[in-house]
Amino acid sequence: MFTLIKRIFRSGWISFSRDGELSAATIFILVMTIFLISSLFLLRDVSQFLITNLQEKADISVYFKKDTPEEDVLKVKEEISSIPEIKEVQYVSEEEAKNTFVKKHEKESALMEALTEVGGNPFLPSLNITAFEASQYTAITNLLETSNFKDLIEKVDYYQRKPIIERIFSLASLLDKTGIILSIILGLLAILVTFNTIRLAIYNFREEIGIQRLVGASNWFIRGPFLAQGVISGIFATLISLSIFSLVCWYLSPKIAFFFPDLNIFQFFTRNLWTIILIQFATGILLGVISSTIAIRKYLKV
Amino acid sequence: MQSKNEAKEEIYFFALKLNCSKMIKFENITKIYPPNTVALEDISFEVKEKEFVSIVGRSGAGKTTLFKLLLAEEKPTKGRIFFDKEDVHKIRSGRLPTFRHKIGAVFQDYKLLPSKTTYGNIAYVLEVIGTPEKEIARNVPIVLELVGLSTKVNNLPAELSGGEKQRAAIARALIHRPEVILADEPTGNLDPYHTLDIVRLLLKINELGTTVILATHNKEIINSLGKRVITLEKGRVIRDEEKGRFIL
Repeated sequence: MFTLIKRIFRSGWISFSRDGELSAATIFILVMTIFLISSLFLLRDVSQFLITNLQEKADISVYFKKDTPEEDVLKVKEEISSIPEIKEVQYVSEEEAKNTFVKKHEKESALMEALTEVGGNPFLPSLNITAFEASQYTAITNLLETSNFKDLIEKVDYYQRKPIIERIFSLASLLDKTGIILSIILGLLAILVTFNTIRLAIYNFREEIGIQRLVGASNWFIRGPFLAQGVISGIFATLISLSIFSLVCWYLSPKIAFFFPDLNIFQFFTRNLWTIILIQFATGILLGVISSTIAIRKYLKV
Repeated sequence: MQSKNEAKEEIYFFALKLNCSKMIKFENITKIYPPNTVALEDISFEVKEKEFVSIVGRSGAGKTTLFKLLLAEEKPTKGRIFFDKEDVHKIRSGRLPTFRHKIGAVFQDYKLLPSKTTYGNIAYVLEVIGTPEKEIARNVPIVLELVGLSTKVNNLPAELSGGEKQRAAIARALIHRPEVILADEPTGNLDPYHTLDIVRLLLKINELGTTVILATHNKEIINSLGKRVITLEKGRVIRDEEKGRFIL
């Protein structure tokens, strides 16, 4: 048994190294496929991350009427906090609102002048409400508007932001769906291309396979070297795509972090390194093995 | 380097170990290739253990088809072929390799593996049956010496002449000490000197107990052998004689 496996792998290695161009072509296709599948894996996770991030950033602000006493606002805050769907309620007093505004716009003289001209503090006290799920904001808004403290409320700015929030969510879900469909299509395409490359390689050997059968080689003895070749190509392809992938992640990471400060692709990559390696090895070896098994079957009937 | 005589002596002992052969029986074999080319028609004959049988006939008489059917490379349209009392065409695909190990075939078109060297081609048959590496390394050079290919060990088939390919094919058919040797025109591309050598070799192997079925056009060989001759014409057996001669 051991001699058999040794012979099969030696034979596989010999054909692998002798058919340099063909092996290179197979590896190239495999690298593309592995790269694609790993990118899709990473992209899905990244888009999930972005969606969660967006969801966390969505909130509604409730502005209270001018001169509402702080204890009333705090009482409302307490009441709202007790609703189970609410994740967090943050109180922003008039002073805080003004300070934030000044801090943000202190270099824009026109705005500063306008603020001085208005005089006093034109800002309203407010509560920033974050829910666990974005879909709950409509319900929360309705609740606020029918509550016993509705008279204290000047406005709920959910209505102003509603179109934007909703568009972001529909975009996110669209991205998610497109991602899945794209993954399936590209994955199938990759499998077909790999399969065809290996099939062509085996087609060149059809005569040889027939001869091997006639001199008494068993199907496994014939199939073995092709499978070994597939496994060897898969291993090489995995190593190559892993290096390219880590380089790309390492290079792109700071550039993406520039747009999304919270998103560190390289860290994401290193954190999921084992999953990615596993996916790559499985893709490479499985593709090699399945394609050669199917492709060779026809010629083993002699 | 061994001298030729030394090598031949070694072959002699090697061949002594050859197995005794079993009986082959063709029973009302008809083979029709679609749409309606009749290659063989109602052929029946037996080949006994240790027999040396020559099959003669014009090109297209059905000699090669007969060998293809016996190797289970093709199925007959009608009839049955028995090897050692087993219906050859009822052997399941998974057991075919074991069956084929019992037969050493020299194909008319050589059928050498184009990607393997002469050595690799001959060693392959032994690898297939799981012979240990050491034994392969010992036996292959002996057989190559026997067929006069010692200097072509590392050449690919494409680098061999027709005669050399044929001798490599013969070496491959002998190496695993089969029970039966099927030789389809094994001397077709050989010069008289090598032809004589190969015929002597086949006779020697036969003497030591291996059944030999030889298909040939070579009148001189047949007439000098003095063994059983089956003559085929248009897919039918027209003559089957002990100590036959080449008559067409």
